[in-house]
Amino acid sequence: MIREYRIIEKFEVVPNVHKFVIRDSMIANKAEAGQFVLVMANEKGERIPLTLSDWDKKEGTITLYVLELGVSTMELISLEEGDSLYSLAGPLGLGAKIEKFGRVILGGGCFGVGGIYPIAKAMKKAGNHVTVIIEGRSNYLMYNKEELSAVADEFHMATSDGSEGTKGHVQEVLVDLLEKGEKFDRAYFMGCTFMLMNCAMATKPSSIPTGVALNAIMLDGTGMCGCCRVSVDGETKFVCVDGPELDGHKVDWDELFTRKHVYREEEAVSYQSHTCRSMTGYERGEKERLSGGDS
Amino acid sequence: MAGPRARVKMPEQPPEVRARNFQEVPLGLTEELAIAEAEKCLQCKNPLCVTGCPVGVKIPEFIKLIKEEKFAEAARKIKETNALPSVCGRVCPQEVQCEAKCILGIKFEPIAVGYLERFCADYERDSGSTEIPKPASPTGKKIAIIGSGPSGLTVAGDLVKLGHEVEIFEALHQPGGVLTYGIPEFRLPKRIVQSEVENLLKLGVKLSLDSVIGKIRTVDELMDEDGFHAVFIGVGAGLPSFMKIPGENLNNIYSSNEYLTRTNLMKAYLFPTYATPVERGKNVVVVGGGNVAMDSVRTALRLGAEKAMIVYRRAMEQLPARKEEVHHAQQEGVEFHLLNNPVRYIGDESGCVKAVECIKMELGEPDSSGRRRPVPIEGSEFTMECDMVIISIGTGPNPIIFSSSPDIKLNKWGYVEVNPDTMETSKRNVYAGGDIVTGSATVIQAMGAGRIAAKAIHERLMEG
Ligand SMILES: Cc1cc2nc3c(=O)[nH]c(=O)nc-3n(C[C@H](O)[C@H](O)[C@H](O)COP(=O)(O)OP(=O)(O)OC[C@H]3O[C@@H](n4cnc5c(N)ncnc54)[C@H](O)[C@@H]3O)c2cc1C
Ligand SMILES: Cc1cc2nc3c(=O)[nH]c(=O)nc-3n(C[C@H](O)[C@H](O)[C@H](O)COP(=O)(O)OP(=O)(O)OC[C@H]3O[C@@H](n4cnc5c(N)ncnc54)[C@H](O)[C@@H]3O)c2cc1C
Ligand code: SF4
Ligand code: SF4
Ligand code: FES
Repeated sequence: MIREYRIIEKFEVVPNVHKFVIRDSMIANKAEAGQFVLVMANEKGERIPLTLSDWDKKEGTITLYVLELGVSTMELISLEEGDSLYSLAGPLGLGAKIEKFGRVILGGGCFGVGGIYPIAKAMKKAGNHVTVIIEGRSNYLMYNKEELSAVADEFHMATSDGSEGTKGHVQEVLVDLLEKGEKFDRAYFMGCTFMLMNCAMATKPSSIPTGVALNAIMLDGTGMCGCCRVSVDGETKFVCVDGPELDGHKVDWDELFTRKHVYREEEAVSYQSHTCRSMTGYERGEKERLSGGDS
Repeated sequence: MAGPRARVKMPEQPPEVRARNFQEVPLGLTEELAIAEAEKCLQCKNPLCVTGCPVGVKIPEFIKLIKEEKFAEAARKIKETNALPSVCGRVCPQEVQCEAKCILGIKFEPIAVGYLERFCADYERDSGSTEIPKPASPTGKKIAIIGSGPSGLTVAGDLVKLGHEVEIFEALHQPGGVLTYGIPEFRLPKRIVQSEVENLLKLGVKLSLDSVIGKIRTVDELMDEDGFHAVFIGVGAGLPSFMKIPGENLNNIYSSNEYLTRTNLMKAYLFPTYATPVERGKNVVVVGGGNVAMDSVRTALRLGAEKAMIVYRRAMEQLPARKEEVHHAQQEGVEFHLLNNPVRYIGDESGCVKAVECIKMELGEPDSSGRRRPVPIEGSEFTMECDMVIISIGTGPNPIIFSSSPDIKLNKWGYVEVNPDTMETSKRNVYAGGDIVTGSATVIQAMGAGRIAAKAIHERLMEG
C-alpha cells in the first residue's frame, strides 16, 4: 500500500490558478467537504495546507486548486502531469458542519472559490437552499463558475474592477442581499483572511451562524506544533484540528492578522532567491485592501 | 577526578565553535579510549548497572567484548535487549539509570556505559558489519503499528523477526518520532535514525508515511477492513502545553515542538535551501528545564542568538534535563534564570513579543512528586527583555486517533490505559506503549514498553 501521489491532470484554469488532479484513493475515500491536505512539492519544500476542492472516490482522485503566491506554491506549480508530490497528508481538519439548515449562504474568494464547491454540493444534498457568492479581481480571473452555478440555487459574482457581476467583493453582495431582506440560517466563507473578517462582520448584526475557514500558518496539521493557534471567544484553538471552520463571530481577527504576517520577510527572501520577483499581486491586493484602498 | 579510576573523557567540539554549528557535540570514543574504559569494569558477578537499565542491557558482557576488541560482537550483545544502541548511547539519562547503579560510582566514578554503548553501535554501523537477521518463516499474521517513534520501531523490529507482516503508519513525512522532529542534529545526527529505520525496512517492515491514523484510516478500519490482526499505538505525547497567560499568542512565541520541528524535521537551519523559515531571535527566552528546553535553547544559540536564556521555576538541582545537556548548555554560554516564572508577555506595536514579565519563586514543601514545590514571592515581579520566547513546559496526549476509537479507554489526562504486563488496551488486540501511555518519558522506556507489547502480541497471535 505504498502511495505515490501522482499528478494525473494539471492546468492553469485562469492566470495564476492551477488545478491539480492527484491520484490517492485513500484520501479520496475519506474526504469530507471542508477538509484539507498538507502538501510538500519536494524534499526541501514547506508543508503547505491546500483545501480538498473535489474528489472522486471511484477514480481514487482528489482535486486541488493552487494559487501561486510564494516559493512553495511556485514549486508545486512547476511540477507536471506524471510527476509525483513528495508528500501528501490528509484528509485533515474537521469537515464543515453540514445539516439541513434551511437557507444557506456560501462565499468564496481566492482558493475558496475552489474550496467551497464540495460544501455547496453537500449543503444542497442535505436539502438546503444554497446561495453562492464568489469574487475575483477581474472577469478573466474567475474560475469554477460553471461548477458552482450548477449546484447553487442562486449564484452571484463580484469583481474588483466591475468587469463581471457586482463591483467589489463578496462582502458587498452579501450586504446587498441582507439589506434586501433576504434571510439566511447559515453562512460559510472561505478565502483570504480579510474577506472572512468582513463577511463575518456583515452577518453579525442579523446573528446568522457563520463558519469561517481560517487560513492560519501550519506546519504539521495534526495539533502537534501549535503554530496555527488562534483565539476564539478567548480560548486558544488550533485551526488544523479544531477547524478550519471556526465561529466567525468569535474569532480574534486582530491577533490572526498579526500572526499571519510573521514570515513576511523570510518569504520575500525565499521567493526572491528563486525567482527574483517581489511580492505577488495577491499579496499587494491584500495589503491595499487592508489599508482601505480599492484594488 | 584524575587518577587511573577516572572516567574517560569523550572528545568534544570546543564550546565556542559548536555553539554556532549543528554538528554533533561529543565526537565519540576512539578504540584506544573505549578499550581503556572497558578495562576498568570490574565484571561484577551481580552487576548492579544492569538493574538500572530499563531494558536490562547485558552490560558486563558487552564491555568484556570491547576489552577483547570484538566490537561488532559487543554491538550484537547489546542488541539482544536494545534495538537502538546508537540512539540510547547518546540520549539515555545514564546518570539516573545504568551508570547511577555502577558499583564503581560509590567510591570513584561509574563506568561510562553510555559512551561505550554508542561506541559499539557506531563501530558496527560505520564498519558495515550490521547483520540483518533472517526472519522466521511467515506466520500469516499482520500487525499495524501507529507511530514510528522508538516504541513503534521496537515493536516493528521484534515482530518482523518473528515472521509477522508489519506495517508502520506515520503521520509525518519522515519516520523516527521525536528522534527525528524533536532531538536536534547536534545531539542525535539524523543519519543515525535513518540507518536504523533502513535496517528495519531491509527486514521487510513496510512504512506508510503521511498517514494520520484517525483521519486516513481508523483503528477499526485497520482491523475490520484491512486485515490487521493486532494494532500497536505508539503515537507519543505530542500536544504542546501552553501556560494560558496573557500575551502567549504574540508573534515569535513558539512552542518548543514548533521551534524544533521547523529546525530539525523541516531543516529551517538550512533556509533558504530548505524552504521552511524559522525566526532567528537575538534575545531568546526558553521557559522550562527539561531536555526539550535544553535542546531549544541550544538551537537558539546555533541560530544566532546573542543571549539564550533558560527561565525555570525550580532550582538547578531540580532541572529534569540530562546532566550532560545542562553542562553542555552552560559551557556554550546559556544563561540560567532559575526560580523564576513568567506571568505575562508584553508585545510591541507589530504584535511581536518584546519582554516577559516574571515573578520570583522560592521552594516550599515537597509536592506529590517529592520535589519541593515552587511558590511565587509576592511583589517580586520584574521584566526581562527578549525578542523570542520558546515554551517548553511539557506536552500532552493528542486525541486525534482516539476520537474515532471510543472503545479504547483513556485515563483522566487522556493517556491510554493498558495492562502493564502486556500493554494491551481495553480493546482486544489493540496495544499501546511509550509516551502515549506514560506521558513524556524517555526513549529507552518507550522501547521497553514496545518490547513487552511485541512479546504479548506474538503470544496472543500464535495462540490459535
Ligand atoms: C486550511 C487551509 C487551506 C488552504 N487551502 C488552499 C488552497 O486550496 N489553495 C491555495 O492556493 N491555498 C490554500 N491555502 C493557503 C496556502 O496554504 C498558502 O497560500 C501557501 O502556504 C503559501 O505558500 P507560499 O510559499 O507559496 O507563499 P508564502 O510566500 O509562504 O506566503 C504567502 C502568503 O501566504 C501566507 N502563508 C504562508 N505559509 C502559510 C501556511 N503554511 N498556511 C497558511 N498561510 C500561509 C503568508 O502569511 C503570506 O501572506 C490554505 C491555507 C489553509 C490554512
Ligand atoms: C526535544 C526532546 C528531547 C528529548 N530528549 C530526550 C533524551 O535526551 N533522552 C531520552 O531518553 N528521552 C528524550 N526525550 C523523550 C523521548 O524522545 C520520548 O520519550 C520518546 O521519543 C517517546 O517515544 P514514543 O515511541 O512514545 O513516541 P514519539 O517519539 O513521540 O513518536 C510518536 C510518533 O507517532 C506519530 N503519530 C502521532 N499521532 C499519529 C497518528 N494519529 N497516526 C500516525 N502517526 C502518529 C508522530 O508523528 C511520531 O512520529 C526527548 C523528547 C523531546 C521532545
Ligand atoms: S540502554 Fe540506556 S540505560 Fe540501558 S545500558 Fe544503554 S545507556 Fe544505559
Ligand atoms: S556495575 Fe559497573 S563495574 Fe560492575 S559490571 Fe556494571 S559497569 Fe562494570
Ligand atoms: S499546524 Fe501544528 S498544531 Fe496546527
